Amino acid sequence: MSIEQREARQPWILLSPALAAIVMLLIVPLVFIVVYSFWLKSAAGADTPGFFLDNWQEALTDPFYRDILLNTLKIAAITTLVCALLGYPAAFFIARSQGNKVGLLVLLMLPFWISYIIRTMSWINILGVSGALNSAMIWLGIINEPIQMLYNETTVILGLVHFLLPFMVLNIFVSLDGIDTNLEDAASSLGATRWQGFLQVTLPLSLPGLAAGGLLCFVLSAGTYITPVILGGPRDAMFANLVYEAIIRQLNWPLGSALSLLLLAVLGVLVIIYNRYLGMAQLAKGLG
Amino acid sequence: MDDTKRYERLRERFQNGDISRRRFFGLLGAAGAAYGLQMPFARQALAAGDVSQVRFDGWGGVVSEAFRKHAFDPYTDKTGIKVIDGTFPGGDEYLALVRASQPGEYNIAHLSGVFDYARYHSFDLTSELNLANIPNMANVMPALMNAFKSITPDSLSAAPYDYGTTGLAYNRKFISDEEMREKGAKILIDEKHKGKIGGWSDWRTRMWYAALQTGQDPNNIEDTEAAWEAVRKHRDLALKYWASGAELMSLLAEEEIHVTEGWSGRIFALQEQGHDIGYYDPPNGFGWQECLFVLKGSPMSACEELLNFMLDKETSIAVAEGQSYPPALDPTKVDLGDKIPKLPAFDPTGTLSGLTFANPAYWNGNEAEWSKEFGRVQRGY
Repeated sequence: MSIEQREARQPWILLSPALAAIVMLLIVPLVFIVVYSFWLKSAAGADTPGFFLDNWQEALTDPFYRDILLNTLKIAAITTLVCALLGYPAAFFIARSQGNKVGLLVLLMLPFWISYIIRTMSWINILGVSGALNSAMIWLGIINEPIQMLYNETTVILGLVHFLLPFMVLNIFVSLDGIDTNLEDAASSLGATRWQGFLQVTLPLSLPGLAAGGLLCFVLSAGTYITPVILGGPRDAMFANLVYEAIIRQLNWPLGSALSLLLLAVLGVLVIIYNRYLGMAQLAKGLG
Repeated sequence: MDDTKRYERLRERFQNGDISRRRFFGLLGAAGAAYGLQMPFARQALAAGDVSQVRFDGWGGVVSEAFRKHAFDPYTDKTGIKVIDGTFPGGDEYLALVRASQPGEYNIAHLSGVFDYARYHSFDLTSELNLANIPNMANVMPALMNAFKSITPDSLSAAPYDYGTTGLAYNRKFISDEEMREKGAKILIDEKHKGKIGGWSDWRTRMWYAALQTGQDPNNIEDTEAAWEAVRKHRDLALKYWASGAELMSLLAEEEIHVTEGWSGRIFALQEQGHDIGYYDPPNGFGWQECLFVLKGSPMSACEELLNFMLDKETSIAVAEGQSYPPALDPTKVDLGDKIPKLPAFDPTGTLSGLTFANPAYWNGNEAEWSKEFGRVQRGY
């Protein structure tokens, strides 16, 4: 074997464990789900193998699934917007802070040490009828009776923002941290106010981080399942809850497979659009 | 020779200088790789041979605590066989897990309802218990045994273990006993309690109570549209569908909700904790029996031994008192002590004729349609 041939093989040898893991843990299960989506659930219980389009027809034409999907995208969009509005000032503060940047980043990462479910459930103790907020307001004489704050769409969004905000802050921080502060000084020396400098220099340069954070928040919130279960009311559901119900409650794995692939396709299109215009490199930086 | 012995011999050869360090670590690595590769496929084989552990899945919370304390730990002390206990929020979730698993991966489940037994049978998940190995089964109420025998006449896959009801639980601070008895199941669709009503996110329970609210027989709902309308009305008035016994107890204890249907044992547990929660079984309230179901592919002798241990009078009574559900033991044959007769749903006659159980053929026959429809109704359709 020539040196060139050996050099050409080396990256593949190094990549092979990761590729094997991706094939075995992602591609193969995905293929199973695709195959399953064309099967049918029989009334007797066992699924009927074959090539049936019934599940896809139902998933694509039933207004019930369309409405829940649109509602899921709406909740994901609101969550992303709130995360961006709250996350940008926080990221800016961390990026521009002198000396204690590492400490602030550690504080930002601190919530990840606690289970997502526990963090979500903590809102019950804060917003519940006998929770901290109601108790404090009654004690202060602001209200006489506790206010019902839990179990609605707003609390679902609140729970999602709580979960996703660090992802947004980290991505924006990475982008802001890479901007040369001399550029802002140059804008000032050319007569721009600090606000104009921010709007015309810093913000445009940090947009890739904002977009990467936005994509992450949107995809993660659109695929969430547990937050509506814990913090939502009877009607509040996102598309992942329908997948769960089809597979777990109705034992209709073929329909559940079609629904999960539909959600994957919708979110996949968003990722493709993002990659087309901004590239995945920024996302990798934010996650790294 | 066991693996520990093999390792010790290998280490001795290495320490004596019979094999090189490179070869010693090479052999250790190979053994590790072989062990890792064979384990997923060896579970079934192991199930038939020496058994060091049995997997048990149940409802979690106070129920699992009672099982652990009064049954599993003493059983392990007696036999050396470890009981690994997992939990599930509902029978549907557990069935999905079992369907996706290898035979032998899950062994015994604390299943609810004869309809669950029938469902597991339809998925070919039933085993065959050797009743000669479970002599304590003789003390079980015949009424509970017969329900399972009607589905598998030639064999049994489960031992009946306890029973209870899904009745109405209410906070006495806000709802009087008189109001509850006057309104019965209809209190769950009473505008007066809007925003303070709860309910289990289980399609069977929702439809059962909808039948009661519309004056129908739960085992023969003729006007299904009226029943779905009642489900919709309950949905619009409810604050929250709870998904587990722990959530049920939390919602009632924290006064987030004032009334819901609830599991008799969990409500009794709340009462014992000092909460002023009333419990009322309306006419035709939802009765159910639970069993210890042994899944196909499980190590049968160990499972049968565990079942027999759990059906032992002392164990059974201790677990029943711990989980607050009456045991399956026939009260006309076995003295159940002082506490159990005070538990909700307890039937001193041993016939259970006062309870209404779900007809498995009827409910399983409607499962596909109603579970799907409930998913839609729940979301506002």
